[in-house]
Amino acid sequence: MNHFKLFVPKDTTSCSLGADQIADSILEKAEQYDLNIELTRNGSRGLFWLEPLVEVEIGQKRMAFGSVATADVESLLTDLKTGEFAQHPLFLGETEEIPYLKKQQRITFSRAGITDPLSIDDYQNHDGFKGLEKALSVSSQEIVNEVKESGLRGRGGAAFPTGIKWQTVLDAPSDQKYIVCNADEGDSGTFADRMVMEADPYMLIEGMAIAGLAVGADQGYIYLRSEYPMAQQVLDEAINNAIKAGFLGENILNSGKTFHLEVRLGAGAYICGEETSLLESLEGKRGLVRAKPPLPALEGLFGQPTIVNNVLSLAAVPFILAEGGKAYGEYGINRSKGTLPFQLAGNIHQGGLIELPFGYTLRQLVEEFGQGTASGRPVKAIQVGGPLGAYLPESQWDLPLDYEAFSAEGAVLGHGGIVVFDDSVDMSEQARFSMEFCTEESCGKCTPCRIGSTRGVEVIDRIRSGENSEANIELLHDLCDTMEFGSLCAMGGMTPFPVRSAVSHFASDFTPATSQTGGQGND
Amino acid sequence: MTGMTEDSSIITTVIKSWHDRPGALLPILHGIQDKLGYIPSEAIDLIASALRQTKAEIHGVISFYHHFRTTPPGNHQVQVCRAEACQARGSRSLEAHIKKKLSVDYHQTTMDKEFSLDAVYCLGNCACGPNIRISNEIHGRVSNERFDELVDAMTTRPLELQ
Repeated sequence: MNHFKLFVPKDTTSCSLGADQIADSILEKAEQYDLNIELTRNGSRGLFWLEPLVEVEIGQKRMAFGSVATADVESLLTDLKTGEFAQHPLFLGETEEIPYLKKQQRITFSRAGITDPLSIDDYQNHDGFKGLEKALSVSSQEIVNEVKESGLRGRGGAAFPTGIKWQTVLDAPSDQKYIVCNADEGDSGTFADRMVMEADPYMLIEGMAIAGLAVGADQGYIYLRSEYPMAQQVLDEAINNAIKAGFLGENILNSGKTFHLEVRLGAGAYICGEETSLLESLEGKRGLVRAKPPLPALEGLFGQPTIVNNVLSLAAVPFILAEGGKAYGEYGINRSKGTLPFQLAGNIHQGGLIELPFGYTLRQLVEEFGQGTASGRPVKAIQVGGPLGAYLPESQWDLPLDYEAFSAEGAVLGHGGIVVFDDSVDMSEQARFSMEFCTEESCGKCTPCRIGSTRGVEVIDRIRSGENSEANIELLHDLCDTMEFGSLCAMGGMTPFPVRSAVSHFASDFTPATSQTGGQGND
Repeated sequence: MTGMTEDSSIITTVIKSWHDRPGALLPILHGIQDKLGYIPSEAIDLIASALRQTKAEIHGVISFYHHFRTTPPGNHQVQVCRAEACQARGSRSLEAHIKKKLSVDYHQTTMDKEFSLDAVYCLGNCACGPNIRISNEIHGRVSNERFDELVDAMTTRPLELQ
């Protein structure tokens, strides 16, 4: 009987496009075709426009077929059996040679899609837990020094140097400290955290255990958004496996060190991605933003010193420990060190995850990787950095993607989400949505955010219906200033970014002649 | 029987498994909603006394989070992504279609109790929008026709042969 090793991803994207049904169908038909099939449910490679991407191991190489529908399974199995798979219409050649993947420099995502996410053996065969072993052999201060040397900055959006945060927690005197992973990836256009959790959960677990060793914390929490049911399932199972295998819990790898880890679910509040609001939520309260200081590093969860890091920051740590901070810092430009997983989303022909060193331009990502819009129409605006990020017009697509270059233009790189819009978008409708989103998601603590956003929706409605446009645009700018300078956190403070950028770069959308739906809400 | 309803015994079990752990309130609310579909008002009293908090505090937390509901949902819970990446792929017209097809607005349940409809802001499938979630399953690239197929599949009951 012919023996084949097949891979069908099990992640949110591939399953949202029918991967489970394809996997079932392959197993069901294997017998009928007299094929002995070993099926692995791997993570996604992040080439989302090709999902479900089925791979077959031939020799030592993995061949890709995509995007596969259930109806293609029969022809795929037939061609495998006859050896004529290269003639199959969905044949894409060797997976690693697909230019989209080949042009990337994957550090954080080096295992994504290659391994079985829940197999500890797979993880270890691909350099897993080497960072943790290293961390167990050195002092806390030496761990923190490696992270400092890497130049790693928080990948959640604020880009604060991770090593400095860790040093603060290490130096804080307390018997109880916590490691909190912010997995409340609420920005539209982002899915890199989800991919880490679904495709390579042990990397996050390892990063958190290392953080625990670095600062002397024995308890960690992953605050995961409730919109990610599959990530929850994978993480829970991975944590159990890691405990059984001795990588978590009491006496990690017989070192005498302890680190407990638990997943806690959010409940659909965008604001809980803000670190102090997240801590309130973990404590069982409404997610009201706290004033800083005190910094969470000194008075965080339950009033104790706490590291709050994004998934990607913690996921970068095992590499930094295993290979050294210097090796990581060699990637990137200026003060933006290492790689950033960019996420191409929205109206894009080839959407997916692209891990590259900092310094590429938006145009390269959207044109070379993305191959333009899905609709085939010209790109009009690109929103970078989530719902609080600016909409960039074509004149800004050649900016290098690094934290400082973006912030100099009033834009943010944030978590690396890139949402592309074609020329059918009405930017006044987008500006209205930014304000409306703020009314939905404001925690209510600061008046400029809570009430300002409601007034913002009203003012934009008036502008869109041509009511005293000029004066109302001036009023909108005033309101944006008040929100920016009068709010504690980024929700009220940055909602003005997309609004102002829409008004200044796409002014013609704010004249009633082009606003066809002027004055009408969209819900 | 001590007069305890089935719901309150479920609620009590969930509370017992969590109440002595730090930050127990959200896990308790999730546990109750996972089992009953919503947080009944009787749960508030029980949680408040177990956690030694006021009823107002518990109510405040429930109402703060979009995920928690205080009324029973339909058999199928449909969530439509309203965020930017899905907007760029036509979610506004999908939203309108879904509301028309189900004849309900957001935060409502159909007359036959089959579907409840809610908005969601991002399901993390932003390269393959527009997206919807039905119970725990996420569906990508949902056209109006695809939505109708999904609804039809859920409302078609198998013919029972005697």
